[in-house]
Amino acid sequence: MSGGIDERIGLKHGAGGRAMRALIEQVCVAGLGGGAASSGIGLAAMDDGAAIPLGNRWLVVTTDSHVVKPIFFPGGDIGRLAVAGTVNDLAVMGATEAAVLTCAAIIEEGFPRADLERVYASLRRACEEAGAAIVTGDTKVMGRGEIDGIVLNTAGVGFCDRPVPDAGLAPGDVLIVTGTVGDHGMAIMAARHALSLEGDLRSDVAPVNGLVRAALAAGGAGIVAMKDPTRGGLSSALHEMAGKSRVAIVIDEAAIPVRPEVRAAADLLGIDPLVMACEGKVAIGVRPEAAEGVLAAIRAHPLGRDAARVGRCIDAHAGAVILDTGFGRRILAEPEGEPLPRIC
Amino acid sequence: MCLGVPGKVVAIDGNCATVDFWGVRRQVLLDVVDEPVAVGDYVLNHVGYAIRRIPESEIGETLALFEELLAQGDAADLMAGDVRGEIAGTGAAPDGDS
Amino acid sequence: MATPDPLAAFRELKFRDPVRARGLVDTVHRLVREIGRDRVSLMHVCGSHEQAIAKYGLRAGLPPALKVIMGPGCPVCVTDAREVDEGVALARQGVHIATYGDMVRVPGTWMSLADAQVDGAKIHVIYSAGQAVELAERLQEPVVFFATGFETTAVATAAIILKGLPPNLSILSAHKYIPPAMDVVAATPGIAVEGFLAAGHAATITGWGVFEPFVGRHRLPVVVAGFEPLDILAGLVRLLELVRDGTPHVANMYPRCVTKSGNLRAQEALWEVFEPAGGRWRGIADVPGGNLALRDRFASVDARKRLTIDVSSLPRRAAPILAESCICGSIMAGIRSPTDCPLFGGACTPDHPVGACMVSTEGTCRIWHQYGGYPDLGGIG
Repeated sequence: MSGGIDERIGLKHGAGGRAMRALIEQVCVAGLGGGAASSGIGLAAMDDGAAIPLGNRWLVVTTDSHVVKPIFFPGGDIGRLAVAGTVNDLAVMGATEAAVLTCAAIIEEGFPRADLERVYASLRRACEEAGAAIVTGDTKVMGRGEIDGIVLNTAGVGFCDRPVPDAGLAPGDVLIVTGTVGDHGMAIMAARHALSLEGDLRSDVAPVNGLVRAALAAGGAGIVAMKDPTRGGLSSALHEMAGKSRVAIVIDEAAIPVRPEVRAAADLLGIDPLVMACEGKVAIGVRPEAAEGVLAAIRAHPLGRDAARVGRCIDAHAGAVILDTGFGRRILAEPEGEPLPRIC
Repeated sequence: MCLGVPGKVVAIDGNCATVDFWGVRRQVLLDVVDEPVAVGDYVLNHVGYAIRRIPESEIGETLALFEELLAQGDAADLMAGDVRGEIAGTGAAPDGDS
Repeated sequence: MATPDPLAAFRELKFRDPVRARGLVDTVHRLVREIGRDRVSLMHVCGSHEQAIAKYGLRAGLPPALKVIMGPGCPVCVTDAREVDEGVALARQGVHIATYGDMVRVPGTWMSLADAQVDGAKIHVIYSAGQAVELAERLQEPVVFFATGFETTAVATAAIILKGLPPNLSILSAHKYIPPAMDVVAATPGIAVEGFLAAGHAATITGWGVFEPFVGRHRLPVVVAGFEPLDILAGLVRLLELVRDGTPHVANMYPRCVTKSGNLRAQEALWEVFEPAGGRWRGIADVPGGNLALRDRFASVDARKRLTIDVSSLPRRAAPILAESCICGSIMAGIRSPTDCPLFGGACTPDHPVGACMVSTEGTCRIWHQYGGYPDLGGIG
């Protein structure tokens, strides 16, 4: 196995790929005592959130910090990202009903008030869309240069009857993606001056709890795994699902929905859309008999029009994600980390 | 580092072309391209410079080149014959089958 | 459904067409049968070719007797550790370093630019040569463009130099020139390569004529190929035909971009600014004429002449113990493959690279690691 964590934390440790997972495992989870929950889905599972049994329901909790740069980007901003990110983490654990959120802000001295108001207006709009509410928060200001602009941290709390882990796949299960991939990651890359790309590259950031609710209503217990592919993109999400479920996933590359603009930008930059972040999509593992029904339900939802079956699970090469390219086959390697930092 | 990627010139301002890569556009410099470039031409871009004006006629010729290679298969080579038939049958929009 | 944009339609339908690909793959199988030997080795010398081959999983469909080997086609991988040390030293001296992303994590003798960045050095990843100029104009502090890449990329560096650089910008050239390396590889005893696939974009600049002397010297066929899946397969077909017929000459399978004499304007710029210089290629030792050095008249923008680069000041960190087992050199020469290396995938991964082949996106080991190496995936699913 590869060596341990380097002596100093580098940007790769925040990029969502293998380096970050190693850091979380070896320093965070291990440092906190291994995280063995007495029941439910806890720290050791390193899932999108935690699910704790409470009476005859489950309490689902998640938290995220948001450091995206630039804070205003085509398709959204840090506020929208904060709400959507947390609502979506709850949703893919099975908690799709009205969520309760916290929002803490750490603001750099000199940050324009008008921008702050814009961020909070956006937080509000996103909450309304999701049927969620920010009920408490915190505000800190740090000196100029001690923090970059603004950082938001959100925590979300929800309830569900049945938590859906990202580890429930079995051979034969079908993989569905709820829409086009790589939109958010590409939008952020394009928004950075250095790339000078013009085109309609916009983030897909959106709360998808309504979409997930529709999928669960159609599929019920047939939905066995869900994950939102944020940093590290669909590739990361599939790897985690395959690894935790101990199956391999075979993906039909041509079936993965990608917007032409994202494809073009990806070609130009030599980057794979499969490793670029999505902020309004879900990867869903479904029992084969439930797949058609779930797909139809997702496509009927405005945020799921481009949903597609993209793959299936097999009982070999556990943990691998295999891509059928149309010309041959290859292993889809787990991303080391995203090409640029500060994507979410 | 970026591969050489082809795109279509949609605007020119001095030695700077705006090139469309079928979805996104980027500025590409024309300082070292081999022939004069006009709006509507195709160019190959490498790290911000156009290194080749791709003649439209070459596009059809490349396809012909591929066809020639395929046509050289033995008459007895049934597989190649099948593929040629498939290509002829499907015309302009070959689809992955099965 | 007629489309007014022939190249776009062509790219989408024709160059990436799985049906034609199958036909070409079948032709490859037929030719290898006709050649009738247990092993036919062909070499390409371009990281982008390896990426395309790996990305589209092309090897999974080729006959087992056919070995398509990557030679020294990764310009960053062959950048000698001492050249990297120069960049790192400058970075630690407080100079802003602008470079293409690949170079950032390549290990020098003791550390990489990324290591220096963790210590506070100012490293900027750029995507075009022009951005080095923009960066210098914006920062108004000393900037060095650590320029990597083969001749194709060197053209862009030449272009910005000829246009005139801002006074605070210097160039540290690590550019490489590929034809001399092909000579070194072809002359290496024990090399069983029977033909070369040449890089289409370098040939766009130099023309395919530059390979005629090579063919004359070594009596090995060279086929210039493009980078779409069909381009590569067609290139292999043509090369196998030449191997089968025993006719060593140069064939151009990328006529839409490559001509015999190449891009004369780009060549003018290139050779006005650069001259071939002897140099050490990492792992391959000396390649006469394999480096592109700035000519004397451009001394005022040459970082090596204009700035003091204090390599001796670099901290001697933990001795590179694993480096002894690293076989990058043999891999880049095409003699061994990544799976032959005891470190591959274990002590040497993209996260903890030991050799340069694992760092660069065009390095054989990195590509194999990223795209799953050589496993036979034919039987799956």
